[in-house]
Amino acid sequence: MNIQSFWRDIRFLKILAQVIFILLLVLAAGYLYRNVSTNLARQGLAVGYGFLKNPASFGIGESFISYEPSDTYGRALLVGLVNTLVVSALGIVFTTIVGVLAGVARLSSNWLISRFAAAYVGLIRNTPLLLQLMFWYFAVIIQLPSVRDAIQLPGPIYLTQRGIYLTWAEATSTFSAWRVFLIIALISIPIIWYILRTAQRRASVPLSPWWTLAYIFVPAFIIWLGAILQPEPPLRPFVPELSGLNFKGGVRLTPEFAALLFGLVTYTGAFIAEIVRAGIQAVAKGQVEAARSLGLTSSQTLRLVVFPQALRIMIPPVTSQYLNLAKNSSLAIGIGYPDLFSIAGTTHNQTGAAIEIITIMMLSYLSISLFTSLLMNIYNKRIQLVER
Amino acid sequence: MTAIETSEVRPPVLAVGPLAWVRKNLFSSWYNVALTLLAIWLSYVLLKPAYQWATTEARWGVIEANLTLFMIGTYPRDQIGRVWLSIFLLAALIGLSWGVWKNAARGFAFIALGAGAAFILIALYFGWDVWDEWLISEAILLISYFIGRFLPRGALMATIAWLLYFPLVFLLIAGTRYIATLPPVPSNLWGGLLLTLLLTVVGNFGALPLGILLALGRRSKLPVIRYFSIGYIELIRGVPLITILFMASIVLALFLPIDVRPDLVIRAMIGFIIFEAAYQAENVRGGLQAIDRGQYEAANALGLSGTQTMVLIILPQALRAVIPALFNSFISLFKDTSLVAIIGLFEVVRISRSILAQSEWLGTHREVFLFAFMIYWLFNLAFTYGSRRMEEALGVGKR
Amino acid sequence: MRKLFPLFSLVVVASIMLAACGTPVAATPVTVEVTRIVTSEAPAAAADTPVVEAQPTAAPPPVAGGERLQTILDRGQLVCGVHGTFQGFGFVDSAGAWTGFDVDFCRAWAAALFNDADAVEFRGLSAQDRFTALASGEVDVLSRNSTWTYTRDAELGLTFGPVTFYDGQAIMAKKDVVSDSAAGLDALEGANVCVQSGTTTELNLADQFRAAGVNYTPVVFEDQNAAFQAYDEGRCDAITSDRSQLATQGQAVLQNFADHVILDVVMSKEPLAPAVAQGDDKWADVVHWVVYGMIQAEELGITSENVDTFLTSEDPVVRRLLGVEGELGSKLGLSNDFVYRAIKLVGNYGEVYDRNLATFNLARGQNELWTNGGLMYAPPMR
Repeated sequence: MNIQSFWRDIRFLKILAQVIFILLLVLAAGYLYRNVSTNLARQGLAVGYGFLKNPASFGIGESFISYEPSDTYGRALLVGLVNTLVVSALGIVFTTIVGVLAGVARLSSNWLISRFAAAYVGLIRNTPLLLQLMFWYFAVIIQLPSVRDAIQLPGPIYLTQRGIYLTWAEATSTFSAWRVFLIIALISIPIIWYILRTAQRRASVPLSPWWTLAYIFVPAFIIWLGAILQPEPPLRPFVPELSGLNFKGGVRLTPEFAALLFGLVTYTGAFIAEIVRAGIQAVAKGQVEAARSLGLTSSQTLRLVVFPQALRIMIPPVTSQYLNLAKNSSLAIGIGYPDLFSIAGTTHNQTGAAIEIITIMMLSYLSISLFTSLLMNIYNKRIQLVER
Repeated sequence: MTAIETSEVRPPVLAVGPLAWVRKNLFSSWYNVALTLLAIWLSYVLLKPAYQWATTEARWGVIEANLTLFMIGTYPRDQIGRVWLSIFLLAALIGLSWGVWKNAARGFAFIALGAGAAFILIALYFGWDVWDEWLISEAILLISYFIGRFLPRGALMATIAWLLYFPLVFLLIAGTRYIATLPPVPSNLWGGLLLTLLLTVVGNFGALPLGILLALGRRSKLPVIRYFSIGYIELIRGVPLITILFMASIVLALFLPIDVRPDLVIRAMIGFIIFEAAYQAENVRGGLQAIDRGQYEAANALGLSGTQTMVLIILPQALRAVIPALFNSFISLFKDTSLVAIIGLFEVVRISRSILAQSEWLGTHREVFLFAFMIYWLFNLAFTYGSRRMEEALGVGKR
Repeated sequence: MRKLFPLFSLVVVASIMLAACGTPVAATPVTVEVTRIVTSEAPAAAADTPVVEAQPTAAPPPVAGGERLQTILDRGQLVCGVHGTFQGFGFVDSAGAWTGFDVDFCRAWAAALFNDADAVEFRGLSAQDRFTALASGEVDVLSRNSTWTYTRDAELGLTFGPVTFYDGQAIMAKKDVVSDSAAGLDALEGANVCVQSGTTTELNLADQFRAAGVNYTPVVFEDQNAAFQAYDEGRCDAITSDRSQLATQGQAVLQNFADHVILDVVMSKEPLAPAVAQGDDKWADVVHWVVYGMIQAEELGITSENVDTFLTSEDPVVRRLLGVEGELGSKLGLSNDFVYRAIKLVGNYGEVYDRNLATFNLARGQNELWTNGGLMYAPPMR
């Protein structure tokens, strides 16, 4: 055993390399930590999360959970988080619709439609999101007429510069009784699935596809039955009506929320459109030709043959676009929507607790990202091809 | 056997020619007809008022009055010659690259020529007086093209010239106390498109070495290095860019020793480098994964060490494969520089907002925003075109 | 042995790490001892030779705890944090020229330090990063219409200078919402109010409306100009900010200022003062006494035009103020005529006020001298 063999031993060298790396990391961390302590001490700032219990004293424009200025900073940050989650969730749903439509339109055989979609994608993808949000907010939504001269769309839906008012459904006194029927209808769906599957297994020939309509008709029948058994309809339209300076009733989308939603949906939709297009085009032409030669129409081909295969290719990039949407919602600060980043910035201004605020912010966004990608990874695994 | 009489019969009108095209593309089935009519009606309803507004009501004077603000922000007007010098040097370099590498750089050269010509025409039409500088830059481009064609060892010279260009431009724009003709211009005066381009270039090219290191670290077999790389990449990719810029502008000063206080532009550049490195790492990792094992084995068989293999064999191939992704990230970083508007730097978006606050141009939202859109859109389009021509010439993805 | 070696190396490495992390954190800043040759210039005793130019710089004796001041003097330039888009207080036009009330105070400090009103580098700061920039040392002094509050003084690591502008928070509404400026806050029941984030305005708005029992909805912007534009377009019924800001920005940015009315309600006290980073008393003193010098000059009737005639005055108060006699400046580490420089190159308080704010018809009100019923009161300079 001689010393020389140590330095030639690859296992030793590997461990040494990692140890040196850790050492460098720790030294760097220690240096940074020392700088931070010195700087904070010099400025007389304290470190700690105690400020979260102090009253916030500032108002928040819109929140989906209750909030008063006398609530704590912690509650204010929670309001911001909920705002971010709501706009991200709604955004993901709508942007999928917009993106798929635009992607399919891009491949349409109608020249005008495909050029329109190409123009939309080309313009939106090549300009920054912040500029688009500001354009939506300052040049579109705020330019809408005032409440008195609102634009009325069928619905009725009112477009004003103070917000978009939608007709919604309102619960009446019989709603809670009717809710029971709703729950029964929901439970009936897996029961129907089980019945049909058992019947399919027992039968020797495939069941008629008309049976799948049971998924729709049976729950609908239950819901309708519950509604007519009540003395009063359980839901009535909640129509916005002009009273005084504002609309009362209906559901209101504030201008900031509306601008943010439209901006995010159109921006991410353009990227998803490109992904959809690439995914559909990546499906081998042979599949399409075989489907056509079997007699399927072109819409059937798209629906039954091309799209399921394209879906496998599309899911990972679409996942990262969903994550981008959730992260891009932080640009809301530019147009005044109180999302997590905006409220965290205000809190930092009032308290000076920079490092704690940044940690909270980054952890929140990181959790949202990890959670979303976890869900999509599960879905991705389920639809992957099992190769031989 | 009688000869079959054939006579020239023209194909039916509805099968070839423009009418056939219309029929096939626009009116082939009933719902296509409906869609076409809908599209025509929509374009009439949307485009006609827009066209009317653009030609009659819009006050385009706001653009003309503030063009310099859009381009260079509050950079001192008497030092504007330095900016022009940088543009001339860029034109010379593009021309030189075109002459040396011909097809690969041809796309960019055409863009530069076309853009210059367009600027000259627009300036002449509106009566601006910048057209002579653009003429000079076009002339420089053409002259350096001819120089490039006949330059010995052209590729080496051009590469060295490109590598020297970026520090030189930095020196020109920032100035220094040691050169009398280049008085220092503090970075809080930089703005507009100048600032956007500076941030993009520094962010992209500064992040590339770090990205390569992270990609190699991610593929390393040493668990500590691998987990560190993965942790960094996933952490940075999981948070929005604005939080990293916020961190750079507010918190970075806390991590530095007391007397090191870089100004906001440098801090924003550091933030962009930190952010972009994680994304570049993923791009380079994709390129590394595309190299097949045969290359490693052949290098091994030839007796090259691990480092030599990586540097001489693998990385050049990997980097060539990721050139499209690199251009993509250049374009997306170009758009993302608009976020520094939120931390207080006056790039194009924030300059637009400050122009909207000028008393004489109140209410010109649409004109100003549309112009800002145009800047980004045209630049991205030009860059996409040039990069696609370069990829075709280099045969990326084909061999 | 081979298996033990990694363990052994780990132990060695760990002990090195522990040793490195064990060194105590240096908390006290190191005071820089600068020995300089003090050339004492006896001020011209002959009263009949008026000094046209400021006397040659007497190198100040070293001062303890004056590292920020020393840094500035060594640099030869003052770095001043200002607003940048606020006309009348801190504004840079498209050619790069800085004007404004707060900007002029920066020039006054530079004049006092370097006898050159342009030895200033202006940094435009937003409301969100102004205090961080100051506390971290990026700017030497913050002259950016910032309200002096307890929390900012105690928690954010700042020290405030003398109040240069006594202001109050007010709220502005359109004439067709509130026609009479004497109306109270209840006229704005259920209103949308535009406000800028990162300011005391936001907090006071919540407090005042809560105290008045009036419901409202805030619409928060991070840029004041965006708030004004949104208010102008009709997004909000009212906008709130400091009264001076409503008056100046209102006239500059709103399309028709006559359609708006600023309510008389005073929602809070807003004493606007410059600020320096905590921990440097000498520099804070310089900031204080230059401003006081300017106020005192107005009290004595000294302006930038007639300051040279006052050099020959027999009044000891004037002589001490302008540095003709006494050693006032050197106690701070400045030349004795630092007030003279500020007055000559920039002006007294009244001149600075009139130059920047007269066009907006902002009456001096509380900002008058104490002799005229206002609050501007300079402690004696002796």
